[in-house]
Amino acid sequence: MTDVVLPEALRDVEPVRSIRTPARLEYSFTAGEATSRFLRGIADKRILGERCPQCGKVMLPPRGSCPTDGVATSEQVELADRGIVTTFCVVNVKFSGSAMKLPYVCASVLPDGGDMGLFGLVQEIPFDQIRMGMRVEAVWVDDDELAPNLSSIKWWRPTGEPDAPYESYREHV
Amino acid sequence: MRDRARMRDVAVVAVAQSHHVRRDQARNEVELLMPVLHEVKAAVGLDQSGIDFTCSGSTDYLAGSAFSFVATLDGVGAYPPISESHVEMDGAWALYEAWAKIQTGVADSALVYSYGKASPGSLRDVLSRQLDPYYVAPLWPDSVALAALQARACIDAGVTSVAEMAAIAARSRRAAADNPFAQIRGSDDPEVLLKDAEIAAPLRLHDCPPITDGAVAVILAAGDRARELADRPAWIRGIDHRIEAHALGVRDLAKSPSTRLAAEAAGVADGPVDLAELHAPFTHQEVLVRDALGLSDGVTINPSGGPLAANPIMAAGLIRIGEAAGRIQRGDANRAVAHATSGPCLQQNLVCVLEGGA
Repeated sequence: MTDVVLPEALRDVEPVRSIRTPARLEYSFTAGEATSRFLRGIADKRILGERCPQCGKVMLPPRGSCPTDGVATSEQVELADRGIVTTFCVVNVKFSGSAMKLPYVCASVLPDGGDMGLFGLVQEIPFDQIRMGMRVEAVWVDDDELAPNLSSIKWWRPTGEPDAPYESYREHV
Repeated sequence: MRDRARMRDVAVVAVAQSHHVRRDQARNEVELLMPVLHEVKAAVGLDQSGIDFTCSGSTDYLAGSAFSFVATLDGVGAYPPISESHVEMDGAWALYEAWAKIQTGVADSALVYSYGKASPGSLRDVLSRQLDPYYVAPLWPDSVALAALQARACIDAGVTSVAEMAAIAARSRRAAADNPFAQIRGSDDPEVLLKDAEIAAPLRLHDCPPITDGAVAVILAAGDRARELADRPAWIRGIDHRIEAHALGVRDLAKSPSTRLAAEAAGVADGPVDLAELHAPFTHQEVLVRDALGLSDGVTINPSGGPLAANPIMAAGLIRIGEAAGRIQRGDANRAVAHATSGPCLQQNLVCVLEGGA
């Protein structure tokens, strides 16, 4: 840091090198109509995507539009609570507030019938055995803990089915 | 704008806006905006493939999340990849960027949109985050308090009076009775308004804009493309924007020199003005802006009701251009001035002169 040169009149004053100005704003998030339908489904252990009337793709979680075509999604589609790990990362850094034991795996899971992945944890398997194409199923929280948010899916675990071929999910990586 | 002979003719050919409300709790930003985008494109029979450039204006501070404008791009239809830009400013400045892009010759048409969904946060506090982060923002002066300081300076300088301010409030909201998109449509008489208590002296509630969720979209086109798309394009004959110092203490808050400079550069005085749409969210600011633009007493101001009738942050300036253009397109006016502002106490100002004709 370069030295601060003060005028003569302030010779004995300690220079101010930094200030802290904490700021905090509170927001009430508006999920929107489509995402609200999705979140209510999650509280009911159902994964509800929405289909684009033009390209036919099923958006997940739906936000009300197809990002490719710029039109409203029109049809609700119930998806399986099992699918494919399309991509993942091994987390080796502890985040503040996280109780997760290191290392652990965060993955994008493409539910069967959907065209976009959901982010979630993969557990019940050693981290170094997790791979692209692995078949997994959702592990839901107990029924009395279900809520309209993605914490209702505790994690995904392997089903033991054969891995999906890369060609079947290459568009979704 | 000095050498107008060399500029390309660019016009507003279509405008659409939402029905502005205090709180749209059902819809997220893209659900609020998308119907407006569909409407403006349908008005000129274009889909996204017929638009050369897309530019939007919004601020993450309203949504409380980073890169929130990327989520609203989902309503545009951005695939195959489009030429696109965004400004963290009112949509009037997005329009300026699109106008400049068309001037370069790389685009003949542009979609410009902006939206402001203020309801998720506390707007008066959110707006304090645009202030100087060392000396002013830590004090959390809210937007109404700062406007009140400016109103006091204007009254002390003899620029306006509380009676004139109340008359502006009543005139604006009565004009909005004819505007189906406005949020506040109608007003008590000024004498009745003045019986209310001050909320931040000298401002009373009627001096302040409503807090609004809303969106607007405009399509620009150049020359013959504009003539193809609209029977009566609203030609942009001049557009300019200027900014004043960030530090409030070095400004004379009872004047708007940046509006005056922008008005000179945009050529406001080059012809008669039929009407003006002014983005003056607080009543006293209408007087400052009107004087800085050099408008005569006969000019109709804010026939839409202006921002005192609906004020979606980041959209209300572009709405002024849209309202002025709409009146030219419908044949109600031949030459109009639209003004947009940004920042505290009219810090930055944009002036746009629109005309009908071939």
